[in-house]
Amino acid sequence: MKKLNSIKVPHNKNTQNSAVEKIPLPQSVKIPMCMNMGKPCTPTVKVKDTVAVGQKIGDCDVPFSVPVHSGVSGTVKSISDYRMIDGNNCKAVEIECDGLQTVSDTVKPPVITDRESFIKAVRESGMVGLGGAGFPTHIKLNPKNKIDTLLLNGAECEPYITSDYRTMLEHPDEMLDGIRIVAKMLEIPNVIIGIENNKPEAVKILKEKTANDSNINVMSLPSLYPQGGEKVLIYNCTGKIVEEGKLPSDYGIIVMNVSTAYALDVYFKTGMPLVSRTVTVDGDIIKKSGNYLVPVGTSIEYILDYAQCEKDKINKLITGGMMMGITIYDITQPVTKQNNAVLAFNKIEISEELPCIRCGRCMRACPLDLMPMELDKAYKKRDAESLLKYKVNLCMNCGCCTYVCPSKRKLAETNQLAKAFLRNKK
Amino acid sequence: MFKVTASPHIRDNMTTQKIMLLVIISLLPALIGGFITFGLRAVIVTLVCTASCVIFEALTRIIMKRPQTVSDLSACVTGILLAMNLPVTIPIWQAVIGSFVAVVIAKQLFGGLGQNFVNPAILARIVLMLSFTADMTTWAVPQYWKENSADIVTSATPLVSRDASYWDLFIGNTGGCIGEVCALGLIIGGLFLIFTGIISPVTPLAFIGTVALAELIAGNDPIYHILSGGLLLGAFFMATDYVTTPLTSMGKLIFGIGCGIITFVIREFGGYPEGVSFSILLMNIITPYIDNFTAKKALGAVYAGKGDK
Repeated sequence: MKKLNSIKVPHNKNTQNSAVEKIPLPQSVKIPMCMNMGKPCTPTVKVKDTVAVGQKIGDCDVPFSVPVHSGVSGTVKSISDYRMIDGNNCKAVEIECDGLQTVSDTVKPPVITDRESFIKAVRESGMVGLGGAGFPTHIKLNPKNKIDTLLLNGAECEPYITSDYRTMLEHPDEMLDGIRIVAKMLEIPNVIIGIENNKPEAVKILKEKTANDSNINVMSLPSLYPQGGEKVLIYNCTGKIVEEGKLPSDYGIIVMNVSTAYALDVYFKTGMPLVSRTVTVDGDIIKKSGNYLVPVGTSIEYILDYAQCEKDKINKLITGGMMMGITIYDITQPVTKQNNAVLAFNKIEISEELPCIRCGRCMRACPLDLMPMELDKAYKKRDAESLLKYKVNLCMNCGCCTYVCPSKRKLAETNQLAKAFLRNKK
Repeated sequence: MFKVTASPHIRDNMTTQKIMLLVIISLLPALIGGFITFGLRAVIVTLVCTASCVIFEALTRIIMKRPQTVSDLSACVTGILLAMNLPVTIPIWQAVIGSFVAVVIAKQLFGGLGQNFVNPAILARIVLMLSFTADMTTWAVPQYWKENSADIVTSATPLVSRDASYWDLFIGNTGGCIGEVCALGLIIGGLFLIFTGIISPVTPLAFIGTVALAELIAGNDPIYHILSGGLLLGAFFMATDYVTTPLTSMGKLIFGIGCGIITFVIREFGGYPEGVSFSILLMNIITPYIDNFTAKKALGAVYAGKGDK
């Protein structure tokens, strides 16, 4: 079997021993009505309404959408237009916390009898993929094809982030229960949990817990970026190549993040939807780095204050990881469902772009065997034919090419621009 | 104000400048071998070539109103490589013309670093070879061969005389260009580049292997042919230039074999005793075609038939 290209990045898992800590409630939270791929929700509450923990505050009747729930109890202060990190607009509901955390009476374990009620329950849980992309889980768990492998993504190959790792360590039983329910409802015979070998504790604990379960296989994978990329993980765990235009489910595979499995189990057992999230907070100006459990909608500024960040020294604020995370310009942005980390840095790399010297490092780093230098050249000329020929559409923006480029060219960024260029051209 | 950029937010610490520096370091053993063999004048020729390449690069960038690029060290590499491709007795003004051809004509007029389609030092060597054939094929006797080394005594290149011992070829005690005589230094430098990951071993192995095999079949001594002439210099340092050679391993293999065949043909049947630089020049020119032909297939890509999409 061919080994995929990969790169070694510094791990910087400084927070791996920081147990998840529930931080004090903020004064208010601002919950965007769209935190996933798909249609934004319409608020189901009005200003001055009283809301309770777990209460639904937004929904949408389009299937490809996910309802939104409140993680705090209190009063709706405002409903305003909100610009998301990706530039699109949706509504956001701001709730003034009363500090009582009264649990809504709608919060009760779902009744699951068959596949249909299971999928409905998953949607009602407000679940999205917690790895970062935010794909609606009820869509992912409702494939047309027969699934034979459920692949749990515990690779967490991004530097700094340890929120999945802490979840695996602290809630292995709940996570495995969540996996078992999904496997049972979708009649999936095999389960693989893929974990990078820089997390030996997680591999050990899950191996012990699944020792008597022959259906669940815990795989220790080399710590090479991007091990947690969906196609990469599928190839390294099952040897299958997901072809262009196909979905993993076409090969009988579903890939799910380990934290998603845990959050699903919480909902199945208690009825509490996805209203809070573990966030790794780290960076060179964070004094109290750690993993913090916060209600969705908590402002990043509040979390940074709690982590004793020297806010006036921030030069770059990133949500997500160093390799694929998104920089934000507004410190009051709320934490969304799929935010797994907040990283704040004073020292940042600013490098001047030099001409390509055709050294080929990007090509040898690309896990999908693309030729970023050719794509770069083609995009400069807006040459759609070459962009299609060199398969820019396959780029998953893992950033390996940009990382290794000695001329510091923004190759991954160019690929995304090229994809948009092709989309707009049609 | 926060800085907003696209991901990734960390970079590897390898830079273009560092790559050039490593190439310069790798050239030093062979260059020092050349200095020992040919003495002070070899040092002067090297300094003149390097300095004039850097100055030409700086001036062209100023005249063209482009950002200054001298600090990327690529002009230094070109200068040193050019000097290594010249006989020690070359008139200084001819060396300067060589630098002009390399930096201004071959490189900057095509857009500078990364845009040249032929190796600048190779083109300069060939232009000098065709323009000043007599000066370019006058080979000084190594200075520790004869005691009166101050006089320029011409000798034949070992490729013509075919009488040098393996040991002399190995340590550089023969006539030839400044940088091509010391096989030991070239091999050390080449291995250094391979083990630091700067170059792939495919091209040098294919190039040298093809020449050796062809000479063996032709009934000549392959070891003699590997050690003499510009083969090692060309194979390790010129045929591995990033900009002017193919990207993929398959492309590099084709490039190396092509260079080997052309070198063999010129050495055995051509009018010139040496064919390494012509072979690299010719293969440089067809590199875009090799690249096109050997492009990688992306993982899981579905290529539609002709006319589709």
